[in-house]
Amino acid sequence: MTEQPSEPAQKPVPAPDEESQPFFDGAKRGALMLRRCNACSASLHPATETCTECLSDDLTWAEASGRGTLHSFGLMHQNYHPAFTDKLPYNLAVVELDEGPRFNSNVVGIENDALTVGMALEVTFEQYSDEISLPKFRPAS
Amino acid sequence: MANLSGKGAIVGLGMTEMTREYTKSAAGLAAEAIRLAIDDAGLLKEDIDGLLINAGVTQGISTGLQRALGMRDLRLVNHMNGQGSTAGQMVQFATMAIEAEMASTVVCVFADSPLRPGMSAGAAYAGGAAGGPTGLRGLGSSYGFFGTNLSYALAARRHMGLYGTTNDHFGAIAVSNRKWAAMNPAAMQRGEMTIDDYHGSRWIVEPFHLLDCTLVTNGAVAVVVTSAKRARDLKQPPVHVLGMGQGHPGNPQRAGFENEVNTGAALAKETAFGMAGVTVDDIDIAELYDCYTYTTLVTLEDYGFCEKGEGGDFVADGRLEPGGALPTNTGGGQLSGYYMWGMTPLSEAVIQARGQGGERQIDKHDTVLVSTQGGILDHHATLILSPHASNQ
Repeated sequence: MTEQPSEPAQKPVPAPDEESQPFFDGAKRGALMLRRCNACSASLHPATETCTECLSDDLTWAEASGRGTLHSFGLMHQNYHPAFTDKLPYNLAVVELDEGPRFNSNVVGIENDALTVGMALEVTFEQYSDEISLPKFRPAS
Repeated sequence: MANLSGKGAIVGLGMTEMTREYTKSAAGLAAEAIRLAIDDAGLLKEDIDGLLINAGVTQGISTGLQRALGMRDLRLVNHMNGQGSTAGQMVQFATMAIEAEMASTVVCVFADSPLRPGMSAGAAYAGGAAGGPTGLRGLGSSYGFFGTNLSYALAARRHMGLYGTTNDHFGAIAVSNRKWAAMNPAAMQRGEMTIDDYHGSRWIVEPFHLLDCTLVTNGAVAVVVTSAKRARDLKQPPVHVLGMGQGHPGNPQRAGFENEVNTGAALAKETAFGMAGVTVDDIDIAELYDCYTYTTLVTLEDYGFCEKGEGGDFVADGRLEPGGALPTNTGGGQLSGYYMWGMTPLSEAVIQARGQGGERQIDKHDTVLVSTQGGILDHHATLILSPHASNQ
């Protein structure tokens, strides 16, 4: 499922910390990892520390289906960072995962002017460095 | 606590010059606005016994402002942060403190000085565009998520996707604001703007053009709040606080919540309109937080001026413009006037309620709605202001 990098990995590459290591380990092997509450079974964004549904901090990790819909998107024309300069305008996507949480990412494999709110998406992965791959989304097959 | 309707009044307004260049520090601007507000009220510094402070994006002022101003033995001081909703909140907490007899006369100030030589407006509000990301907090910059403009653009796009709202609708709001600004000497953008100018302005982050976005501004605004009883003897016509309320819907970012198209205005309205004993039909003038065109549109829906999803049609055909049925953002708002966070709608509401709007004054100004909003549509504070001590 992992695609080769389409450009040199000059974009900011996140450094895993203790809390987030399972997310990055999952991404490296092609799995989108979410938090899941052991108390109420809610699926939660991977950055969650406390369950927003029941306030439990007894959370585990679980692999997401990778399917979702495009909740919203924007096309960035402002030049904030040199790694994105030659990508302008590039898309920014809020993906509502089938499990419930929304995840901010990019949509790949489609022209920006073909993006529509509500379209079906599935996860893919982009390699940012030898150690880091990040989930992106493409139109569902 | 008893109904606070009509208990508090705004009796002083001070505004510095609004600039796109650096003139002085936020603390210096705050001091100037406070001096102007106290003078405007016909009071002396010694009459002030409360100070509520709201710093902008640079966080350039804090409780140290009291010492910088040489204010002694105050009975109430706080550095408040409800983001863009703070201006409305400061008036609310001042009114409550005054009615509780904790203080008698409270100055509320906002000041910010984000624009410095060589810095773009976008950079001033970039938020995390620089610096190495760590853990999952770093994901945003890895994907290219930068700046506040993007967050609101994503909200606007959701509304477009759900309800068919268009850039023509957003443009109608921008054009209306500019028509009002043309009549406001304090507004920073007063030149004529057509809908074609709007569509022709460069993209910032689609669906937003440059003319969908507020003007980052250096400046300060202060107001003086006291009891309605004390207000009767002061220099300016009192502006009574008939209603106040807040709404903070939360932002769960998960299925089942349409947080991008439902703001805290709906909850704040229940409390504020209930306290004032008014309905949406009673509102003569709407002064709404308009950091982006879309913010005006969604806020109008949440106050119930139209149904959810119908904001686009509502703002078309000049309803918000001079001569329209609902005069809105009558000083040019944040889009064409000046961006002093919640102090933009509050300051213009005070001017209109006093009847001091000059060329742009609305004849019927008995009930003025003030909407202050912060975060990404996360925090909301509403005021109902009036030249009358009650709506009877």
